[in-house]
Amino acid sequence: MQRYLIRRLLQLIPTLILASMLIFLIIQLAPGDPAAMMLGTEATDEQLAIERARLGLDKPIPVRYLIWLSDVLRLNLGKSQVTSLPVTELVRMAFGNTLKLALTALVVSLLFGLSMGIIAGLRRDKAADTVITGFNAIGLAIPSFWLGIMLILVFSVNLHLLPPSGVGDPDAGFISNLKYLIMPVTAIAISNTAVFSRYMRTSLIDVLGEDYVRTAHAKGLAERFVVTRHALRNAWIPVVTIIGIQFGRLLGGAVITEAVFAYSGIGRLVVFSIQNRDYPVVQGTLMLVVLIFLLTNVFVDVFYGVIDPRVRFERAES
Amino acid sequence: MTRTIEEPGDSGLGSGEAYASGTEVDDAGPAVAEFERVPSLTSEETHRGRLAQNQTYGVLRRMLRSPKGAVGMAILGLLMFTAIFGPYLTPHDPILINVKVQLQPPSTTYWFGTDELGRDIFSRIIYGSRVSLQAGLLAVALAALVGVITGLLAGYMGGWFDTVIMRIWDTFLAFPAIFLAIGIVTILGPGQMNTMLAVAIIGMPTFARLVRATTLSVKSQDYVQASRAIGSGSSRIMRKTIFPNCVAPLMVAMAIAAPAAILVEASLSYLGLGSQPPDPSWGNMIQSAQGFLHRAPTYGIFPGLAITFLVVGMNYFADGLQDAIDPRRARAGAKMQ
Repeated sequence: MQRYLIRRLLQLIPTLILASMLIFLIIQLAPGDPAAMMLGTEATDEQLAIERARLGLDKPIPVRYLIWLSDVLRLNLGKSQVTSLPVTELVRMAFGNTLKLALTALVVSLLFGLSMGIIAGLRRDKAADTVITGFNAIGLAIPSFWLGIMLILVFSVNLHLLPPSGVGDPDAGFISNLKYLIMPVTAIAISNTAVFSRYMRTSLIDVLGEDYVRTAHAKGLAERFVVTRHALRNAWIPVVTIIGIQFGRLLGGAVITEAVFAYSGIGRLVVFSIQNRDYPVVQGTLMLVVLIFLLTNVFVDVFYGVIDPRVRFERAES
Repeated sequence: MTRTIEEPGDSGLGSGEAYASGTEVDDAGPAVAEFERVPSLTSEETHRGRLAQNQTYGVLRRMLRSPKGAVGMAILGLLMFTAIFGPYLTPHDPILINVKVQLQPPSTTYWFGTDELGRDIFSRIIYGSRVSLQAGLLAVALAALVGVITGLLAGYMGGWFDTVIMRIWDTFLAFPAIFLAIGIVTILGPGQMNTMLAVAIIGMPTFARLVRATTLSVKSQDYVQASRAIGSGSSRIMRKTIFPNCVAPLMVAMAIAAPAAILVEASLSYLGLGSQPPDPSWGNMIQSAQGFLHRAPTYGIFPGLAITFLVVGMNYFADGLQDAIDPRRARAGAKMQ
């Protein structure tokens, strides 16, 4: 398994290099001159030229790419051209907030999604199943940003129960800041809950029709035993595979939801930096997002092998 | 044993991650048409045409019979109707400003109320359906087109060409879709056309992968070899013998991608990157509504309901289509929800 993990990690390198090229290219092709952006409209051509040289913009693109890449490899992401803070510092703060949001949403949606899927799968075509299936259909369709706004409308504007925006006091600890998380997490988690519940239900119904479940029943095992020991152990394996995809989706969902709740995370940082042509911040943030996304997928694949001994690492590679 | 459950309607809320994540569709489609071909050259085309027609008819009939397929088709049909005949259906001009009736609650004159410039929200929602349907239909069709061409070529030609093309698509898939979409709109600049393009681009890799996989599995089949033996060129082989195998899985993949694409477009519009004022889109209406939650609480409700309604319909449509194309899936029941 270790060899497999190492090989998978090595395979990430070419993808990361290509992704870094794409990120760099996006930024270079973006309209607008950061030097002009910094100096304003009053600047003379001479001042612009000096500023461009200071920012390294006078060199050809491939050279600039290599300089940037070597900086990135040394974890030096440069300074924000707007706030002059180091990019690593900005990204670290924003990413902490986003991760808090995304991970809480992941835990919440796994908790609710899996239980709902199990209930629906076991009570197939009963009332509970109908309700859960209906929830899934709507949960998959409802746009997170709109749900967020509706939550603000109900819980902030009308009931005055929860703060409509912000991240809370960073020193106050997780519990006291929880009220800032409730609505954003709900908005992001709803679709994931629907996805997990749907997969769990489908997978459980599939497994319940297998011969070994019938055998377990036939030899007189208690229903509870059949479900927990035989059915669920197999049913949740396919569900694990989508956690990686879902995590990427959570990060993406966080981008939009952060805009709704003025929550200072990675999404707001990217959108704000793009609007202000703050290239180093955009590049650094996107690079980190891609890295996290790819690593998550590798670890999910490895985890898949751990919980399902039938998966052989050597062959799973293709 | 590795189990793959193909899940319909795996459409991401907001982020639309599933849209660009290589949803697997395991139905390689029937190759029956190729085997049942009548040897006579003159009747070949008509026979094949009739066969294809019968298959399409069968799929449609099965879809209409399943409750989900029927509901999905009804919702989609209704919204396509309003999008096409919008100008004849709207009681008011969607961009006509009338400051005397700002932020009115729903009434008999303004069914869904008015916005901050006194424009009729109902009329704006009708016009906004055009933007969402374009994302769901046109952008996805463009994504499928590019995906088919690159996927077919990569799978058929193999070698370095395959490696290069698929490497590029893999790189696109390394980004959470919404980040890539925002990046693309950054280069192109905000606007409805550019948002459509971004939605199309982030969907391309999935289609390319699907078509390449089908091509690889079909390439070595006897009837492809036979076609080559009687002197068909590469282009003909790809178009006439390989591509027909991709059609069924492609239809399903497009039906799955459409609702996700609509959510991505709405998200970009919400961020202010899509249709620019005064043109309405459901996303930018929700963005404006957010500023008036105190004064006009009902303003934001309707565009969001419209998105949810359309996406529910499209998910049902995709479900129904999958069941109709692969009746075993429907009979198994387990795959149905």
